[in-house]
Amino acid sequence: MKQFADLHLRVPPNDIVQSEKMVQKASELGYSLVAIPFPPNTTRNQIKQLQHICNQAKIDFVSRTNLSPRNSNELLHDLRHCRRNFEIIAVRCYTKDVARQAAKDRRVDLLQFSVTNLRQRFFDKQEAELASQALSSLEIELAPLLQLTSFSRIRLLSCLQRETAIAQRTKVPITLSSGATTEMLMRGPRDYAALATVFDLQLSSALKALSETPLVTVERNRAKLSPEYVAPGIRVTGMKTVD
Amino acid sequence: MIKREKRRYLALKAVSEQALGKEAVLDAIQSSVCRLFGEYGASKTKIKLIKEVPEKSHLVIRCSHLMLQEVRASIASTVEINGKPAVIHVVGVSGTLKALAKKT
Repeated sequence: MKQFADLHLRVPPNDIVQSEKMVQKASELGYSLVAIPFPPNTTRNQIKQLQHICNQAKIDFVSRTNLSPRNSNELLHDLRHCRRNFEIIAVRCYTKDVARQAAKDRRVDLLQFSVTNLRQRFFDKQEAELASQALSSLEIELAPLLQLTSFSRIRLLSCLQRETAIAQRTKVPITLSSGATTEMLMRGPRDYAALATVFDLQLSSALKALSETPLVTVERNRAKLSPEYVAPGIRVTGMKTVD
Repeated sequence: MIKREKRRYLALKAVSEQALGKEAVLDAIQSSVCRLFGEYGASKTKIKLIKEVPEKSHLVIRCSHLMLQEVRASIASTVEINGKPAVIHVVGVSGTLKALAKKT
């Protein structure tokens, strides 16, 4: 059976009751893994609390942070501080400078763009070529498609159609996530996949963007964060002590 | 010879603060289809209400199998019914009512 992941479930970290409800709902809808975003300066205890909630709901928990740097230097600084503390790093690209730096940096997992200001969507051919050489993927949140109405939704759909075409042409992986802040914005993975077909993503690609792509990203990062990891292709398999 | 068009049966579960009638849910789906795909697209979906399953609080509708993904997308994009926040989940999809009953 296919395993699905929601890499952006925006549960309120301070509201435990609401968090429990949303995690439970994700489990009911058929997700086996959820990534919950935390502020970069969050404490270990807060993360552990949500991890416990996910364990109770029998759902795999992934810690994530969203970086919103103002320039590329700030991005590099944030990455140095956060990379080893979170399993997923997403960068919200509000300037072209940040978008280019994020696309070529192998520590960035997901590239996010504004859904309200479409002039700040910098995912063009050049950006895609940089992203395809690194490991970052384009993240498309589906909750805004449910919230926006009339012309703003039409404009967003038009942008997404262009961006998915570029991503597929340049072989940049696409990750679909909910970005849901309430239970009412949560949908099942197959419903989200069907919704993704309205911006010309094939159903098979949409299902891949909800299952295989996010799971591979999480698995790769967990391997990198494990103490055995040394460098790509090099792992410590055993230790020998000499008397 | 004209080939009979295949259909898909969908079991739906509507969640809202208010009590929802089957007509209200169907209207919300129809208007969502019209919003996303226009009247031409809506005409091709051939949506029809089949039955209500009160013991499971499910609603069964039928659509053309060629337009299944469009109907699912429209159902997913429904955020309100009768002006109140609501969500419709697809519980199961099948080619026959018998198989749908087994699935859900």
